Amino acid sequence: MFDDFFIRALVAGIGVAFVTGPLGCFVIWRRLSYFGDTLAHSALLGVTLAFTMEFNIAISVFVISSMIALILIQLQKKTNLPGDALLGLLAHSSLAVGLVVIGFLTFIRFDIMGLLFGDILAVSVNDLLIIWIGGAFILLTLKFIWKPLFASTVNYELAEAEGLNPDRAKAIFTILMAAIIAISIKMVGLLLITGMLIIPAAMARNLSSSPQGMVIYSIIGGLLSVIIGLLTSLEFNTSSGPSIITAALLLFILSLFKIKQSIKLKN
Amino acid sequence: MSTDQNILVKLNDAGLQLNNKWLVKGVSLQVEKGKIVTLIGPNGSGKSTTAKIALGIYKKIDGSVKKYTNKVGYVPQKISIDWTLPLRVNDFMMLTESLNKETIDEALSLTGVIHLKDKNLGDLSGGEFQRVLLARAISKKPDLLVLDEPVQGVDFTGEIALYELIKKISDELSCGILLISHDLHTVMSATDHVVCLNGHVCCSGSPMDVAKNNEYKALFGEQAYQILSRYQHKHDHIHTDEGEIKKN
Repeated sequence: MFDDFFIRALVAGIGVAFVTGPLGCFVIWRRLSYFGDTLAHSALLGVTLAFTMEFNIAISVFVISSMIALILIQLQKKTNLPGDALLGLLAHSSLAVGLVVIGFLTFIRFDIMGLLFGDILAVSVNDLLIIWIGGAFILLTLKFIWKPLFASTVNYELAEAEGLNPDRAKAIFTILMAAIIAISIKMVGLLLITGMLIIPAAMARNLSSSPQGMVIYSIIGGLLSVIIGLLTSLEFNTSSGPSIITAALLLFILSLFKIKQSIKLKN
Repeated sequence: MSTDQNILVKLNDAGLQLNNKWLVKGVSLQVEKGKIVTLIGPNGSGKSTTAKIALGIYKKIDGSVKKYTNKVGYVPQKISIDWTLPLRVNDFMMLTESLNKETIDEALSLTGVIHLKDKNLGDLSGGEFQRVLLARAISKKPDLLVLDEPVQGVDFTGEIALYELIKKISDELSCGILLISHDLHTVMSATDHVVCLNGHVCCSGSPMDVAKNNEYKALFGEQAYQILSRYQHKHDHIHTDEGEIKKN
């Protein structure tokens, strides 16, 4: 049944949405939007590396993104530059280096648009395995660190004082961020991965009153965005990534009406 | 005197330096099961820092701290919660440990905020939030409770009731309590051991010992001495933040 490229894309997208849902909530709660962006930009370097060494793209992206995260932590410790400046520095320089490297690799034909914005035609059965196995692994790990990660998101000192080891949870979460970018790059494209993380979660925030509720709405929002986006992409021959993110945006706009109502009720 | 088995946390000549400035230095104290140790001292004297050292929040400290239990409840002095999180009181109660409904209800009832259980944390008043913080800390039946000004912003009658509750908890759970408070009256009547801080330990001992200490008198003034030495009294007056007394 995975012969059809559209079915493959759909199954891949659904797998991605299950993971970006809960992870996206933490990205919003912990204010990591630009951090996610930086990791995603650095993914281009990972892709070029994969092509030159004929290596698996997902693994190569995962390694490079994790390294960028480590470099960021070191720069934060060793310089006096503010966090957003460091993020911008790393995001744009890794994107630039990636593009320069592509320029040198004239012997390989690159579909740059596909890399930046996603390409449903490119999803292979192999990619499906990576998305679903990698995704399951990410979700299990997140479940394992949920309590310390969530508690330290609410208040770091409470979590530390009551013996939850928030530093370890934070480090593991950073690795999970690199992993989700690695597995979703073919689907959404590296410029729009953060959108896939943030927009369904932002929509969910408008609809929910508890953290668990927000995670569930975020997953549902992601699933709907993938399905609507991919159908549009098939129908009108648009890039998959932008179509999915546009669908997510429409859902977010719809969720704004819910807020308006609840504010009215309060008054 | 108690045996070493009863010790829950022990600070030995502990201190913290930040940017070449000592926040607090040379603090030795221990909290034992069923005992209430109170830290007093002026603003900036290192009370909260000492509490955080005891909790193990700071990693690079001078001296040593040894915690003998992992069942800890903490009420911080300042807590900034990000309201991008949809968080109800009920979710907050289970922040660091999963609890059943009865345990949560019991703790919230004890601090008088059971009616707020399904409210969003962001919609609470300062005093209500303080009561929720205390309920959360006691609900997990900890061995060690660290309470950093646990009744700030709570109304006057509530304040007395909460201090009575803290005393009761200490007896019933036989947990050790490290308390920081400005209210000398209420605190002294329940405290086993007082540590008076001013960047260092300026004196410590039973409430009476501390009251007689000259350094304490110099730090808090004659009136505070009067309070400590006559701490069994009727509540016919209120205190200002500076420790002065106003007749009702």
